[in-house]
Amino acid sequence: MMPLLKPRTGGLLSLMVILVVLPLFFRNAYHYDVAIQSGLNAIVCVGLNLLIGYTGQISLGHAGFFALGAYASAVLTDRYEFAAVGAMIIGAVAVGCLSYLIARPILKLKGHYLAMATLGLGIIISIILNQEEELTGGPDGMPVSSFSFFGWDISGNLTWYGIVALVLLFTVWLALNLVDSPVGRALRAVHGSELAASTMGVDTQRYKVLIFVFSAVLASIAGSIFAHYSGFVSPAEGEFFRSIEFVTMVVLGGMASIFGAVVGAAILTILPQLLASFHDYEMMVHGAVLMGVMIFMRRGLVPTLVHFIRGLRK
Amino acid sequence: MNLLRIEQLGKSFGGVTAVEDLSFAIGPGTVYSIIGPNGAGKTTLFNLISGLFAPTTGSIHLDEEDISGLPPHKLAARGLSRSFQNLQIFFNMTALENVMVGHHLHSDTRFFPSLFALPAIGRADKRSAEFAAEMMDYVGLGNYIHTDSDAMPYGALKRLEIARALASRPRLLLLDEPAAGLNPSETNTIADLIQHIAQDNITVLLVEHDMHVVWDVSDHILVLDHGRRLAAGTAEEIRSNDAVVEAYLGRRAKDR
Repeated sequence: MMPLLKPRTGGLLSLMVILVVLPLFFRNAYHYDVAIQSGLNAIVCVGLNLLIGYTGQISLGHAGFFALGAYASAVLTDRYEFAAVGAMIIGAVAVGCLSYLIARPILKLKGHYLAMATLGLGIIISIILNQEEELTGGPDGMPVSSFSFFGWDISGNLTWYGIVALVLLFTVWLALNLVDSPVGRALRAVHGSELAASTMGVDTQRYKVLIFVFSAVLASIAGSIFAHYSGFVSPAEGEFFRSIEFVTMVVLGGMASIFGAVVGAAILTILPQLLASFHDYEMMVHGAVLMGVMIFMRRGLVPTLVHFIRGLRK
Repeated sequence: MNLLRIEQLGKSFGGVTAVEDLSFAIGPGTVYSIIGPNGAGKTTLFNLISGLFAPTTGSIHLDEEDISGLPPHKLAARGLSRSFQNLQIFFNMTALENVMVGHHLHSDTRFFPSLFALPAIGRADKRSAEFAAEMMDYVGLGNYIHTDSDAMPYGALKRLEIARALASRPRLLLLDEPAAGLNPSETNTIADLIQHIAQDNITVLLVEHDMHVVWDVSDHILVLDHGRRLAAGTAEEIRSNDAVVEAYLGRRAKDR
């Protein structure tokens, strides 16, 4: 008899190998920078895909959580001289609490209404970051001190790359575990039929809130790492456009696919860089690529490819 | 003692009354069928009992405890489960996973241990998978265990809903038109299955239009018309009830 539960360690190992081999091809700091940005986006997208792809709830405000994490690290280390790790944890806990308070009323909404509410949330966060000049430096942003860990100042491209790669791997591992557990099944059930899920004993509201908070905390942590890595934060990190970008990455890579989120994040981070040579036509080509994928690979890149390969094997 | 007792239950939507002043009781281990013309309030009654609607008036008691207005997931914890007239399959999962969701309340659903894939979660989940596979065998879907649910035929999906509901280990199972849209041989399988379920001491509350199934499996029948009780009794009593024949069954049924 076939095993009832299939392990998904193969994908995790492949990702690990890719992340280890990748730096061998990097020629300059710019390559590292693009890879690190991709990794940070991927961390946010893995969490966001748990919410969007698996649970079927939308959020157009996750850049807000990313920015809150970034600013928590910036403000606490710079203005109040917190240790970087402490600031990151406080940021994550604060974002967790905030998202919990907001999630309870918001996640009672469905479809367009939920999208509008999360959109509003992101915009409010963005406005606060712009307006609270004393604390955040306003629209000009603020510098962030380097990440020191028990006296060790993290610097250097390879070190940062290694840290982001480790956090990404860890995030992917957590997400894979979750998806294959009874909790993950309950989340997918909420997506499949909220009605049936609730009659099977799934407290649907609780699970929606749970995964909203978890994805917000992941975004916050990615934001904190970003702040220390880039050494500078500005309200642009929390802008509406960034939230849309995260959602696009999830959809492009593939809904309800952990590796899809990683691939989507990487492609949409790298693509604008590659298209820079098109100058004025950059946005048009960018849009055309997105439309092409959505028309010909509706389920997103990774699920479509997996489906295709399975078809070949048969 | 009654497993389920309905007391002067009423539900209206705006000015429209769907269920009115309805009272009945169901003993454990029986098959209780509800029949009546379309729009008689059968599905509304199911939605009231399974917690999807809150009653406007009256009350619902499970084990003589008032459960009216409790949300569905709390009712599931008290041993009430159901299937749906229009399929509510989780099409984003395999057949087995669908049934495993049914086992949710008996699974280890702690968040952090799940996140870190602690061995306890894996062990409990393996038991869930085995139990779910058992339930699929029970309803005759043993061949479909690893099939994606969106690749299954309609008749199998109807039984998948029943397997999923059974996986929650209910004491009271509500089946909303389990034979609708099935061919005669599939319908017979469903009738056999319902009898099996009742023999295993699970009380079945059935809404069904296929009268062959209803006559075959029911210990007790309630006839609804316009949200009210038209008649109640055994199959024999219902078949010879003039009011029921007039409103629902038609003349031919009496001569059968």
